[in-house]
Amino acid sequence: MNKFLSVLLMLCLPALVQASGGEEIKLTTAPINLDDKVSLQRGAQIFVNNCLGCHSAQYMRYERVAEDLEIPLDIMKKNLLFTSEKIGDPMHSAIPVDLAKKWFGTVPPDLTLEARLRGADWVYSYLISFYADEKRPWKVNNHVFKDVGMPHVLSSMEKSLGEKAFKEAMADLTNFMVYMAEPIRAERERIGVWVLIFLAVLAIPVYFLNREYWKDVH
Amino acid sequence: MSLFQSLMGWVDDRFPATKMFEEHMSKYYAPKNFNFWYFFGSLAMLVLVNQLLTGIWLTMLYNPTGDGAFASVEMNMMRDVDYGWLLRYLHSTGASAFFAVVYLHMFRGMMYGSYRAPRELVWIFGMLIYLALMAEGFMGYLLPWGQMSYWGAQVIISLFGAIPYVGDALMEWIRGDYLLSGITLNRFFALHVVALPIVLLALVVLHIIALHEVGSNNPDGVDIKKYKDENGVPLDGIPFHPYYTIHDLVGIVVFLAVFFVILFFFPDGGGYFLEKPNFEPANPLKTPDHIAPVWYFTPFYAILRAIPDKLLGVIAMGAAIAILFVLPWLDRSPVRSIRYKGWISKVMLGLFAVFFVILGVCGVKGPDIHVEFLPFEMTYRALGQIGTAFYFLYFILMPFWTSMEKCKPVPERVRMGH
Repeated sequence: MNKFLSVLLMLCLPALVQASGGEEIKLTTAPINLDDKVSLQRGAQIFVNNCLGCHSAQYMRYERVAEDLEIPLDIMKKNLLFTSEKIGDPMHSAIPVDLAKKWFGTVPPDLTLEARLRGADWVYSYLISFYADEKRPWKVNNHVFKDVGMPHVLSSMEKSLGEKAFKEAMADLTNFMVYMAEPIRAERERIGVWVLIFLAVLAIPVYFLNREYWKDVH
Repeated sequence: MSLFQSLMGWVDDRFPATKMFEEHMSKYYAPKNFNFWYFFGSLAMLVLVNQLLTGIWLTMLYNPTGDGAFASVEMNMMRDVDYGWLLRYLHSTGASAFFAVVYLHMFRGMMYGSYRAPRELVWIFGMLIYLALMAEGFMGYLLPWGQMSYWGAQVIISLFGAIPYVGDALMEWIRGDYLLSGITLNRFFALHVVALPIVLLALVVLHIIALHEVGSNNPDGVDIKKYKDENGVPLDGIPFHPYYTIHDLVGIVVFLAVFFVILFFFPDGGGYFLEKPNFEPANPLKTPDHIAPVWYFTPFYAILRAIPDKLLGVIAMGAAIAILFVLPWLDRSPVRSIRYKGWISKVMLGLFAVFFVILGVCGVKGPDIHVEFLPFEMTYRALGQIGTAFYFLYFILMPFWTSMEKCKPVPERVRMGH
């Protein structure tokens, strides 16, 4: 009976998994590698130079980025600290909120958690999916985000780098945004392995202790 | 006499420490034939302790205001405080684990007739725990103050608005404001961290006192107190401590392995334990495209949506929970355990489990979406309606089939190895 019911429950699992399907936009898989510190550093540079003008990453501090990405503090201060005085400050955007609203019709969203909100693939696809559209105020549109209010900030970069190098740069940027959305991800996965090893070891005495106590129960 | 014995003697003259330990642990005789399904009671206790402890520390990092709540989660817990993320994930994964474990624990009760006389009050206290847990989960989900927190709470509070005459006033009273705001967040915080945990703990104590008064049921549904030895110890009973305390360690290690795989490698639970829109701060002016409650509420949400009329939907949802309270009086079978019930009971209980999961899926999906896993065309709304109909028919028809079907003979004593 138990087995019968367990099997019935198991049969329902695929239905649950299917339930997670979402929108129909075709997304490109983002090549994420959080161990690639150089890629993350390049991504941080692109982010600070191009995104932080309008978007904040207000839950993230400059200092944390420098520490996690192994960027020396003085280099960070000299090259990446545009919008703030202190290295311990959160990464706020350069433009005031009301001005942003006037320029773009909406306040550019905070990007700290964008990669968790929409997913890494969405972010990557969005960044490489701008196309010319005369009907829009900034003359551009986006395949992933229809009628987006954002201009194609990186168009000069796309032109000078060429398509392949631009995509690589956007992969770096996406990589950085994935890191920023959950800076402890690498740490939790590392700790997780040790926790599971500990449990596997603990299971041995627990198993034998249980067997010893229960050997007389029939 | 050892130092420990003399110390315990001193205490026992003033407080029934040894007496209580014996009554509830070392001389509480539990049936020796507990199986897999009997792990979930102690696991629920483990998760409760986890929620209480991590909750205390999260409270230290949390800012219960509309302006500060989201940032206190994403900055204090997730970034600034060392291992704040661990406390937060223990609590958020723990919430889902709590419901998973409690659902399995309740299903065990349904399988083996653990709600039948003389255990009706054990079941009713358990149902009250479940009710308090739902309130606790609902209020806790508002606290991160993300989009789904906000709009999920909005949807659930608006259910009270369906009540005639007093609905609007009642909603305002719950929110403490004309719309869901930081004031609501404040009171939900107070209820989540002080009021409901006290209620939960009190109910857990009542649940266990009631259980230990009448004794635990078992997979055979046999009364072990019928055959006792010369000392009054049930022949098929074994002391809870050390037998089941040790045995439960096995369950705990296995459970923790699953729990930590989720916590350390999939803390979002595929978007079910931490929903994606909740990574955006609450915005009263922007409704998310698709509002779905957290997974543990979705079966009841599907029942709510199955009925086109809002008030009737709310009544159906309330009735779906209320009917569980009277389960002990709906089951008229001469036997307790599913092992000795007839085939109708077995099929119906199996279908009940399947439909409960299906209702859960329906609650997640948009009502007009077509069901992918069926070979024919059907919307999730229609499937939810079928599920709802079955859910109620299961309970309404139970008195008839349980009193009519042919049961197998129940053994005098418990059987091992099944």
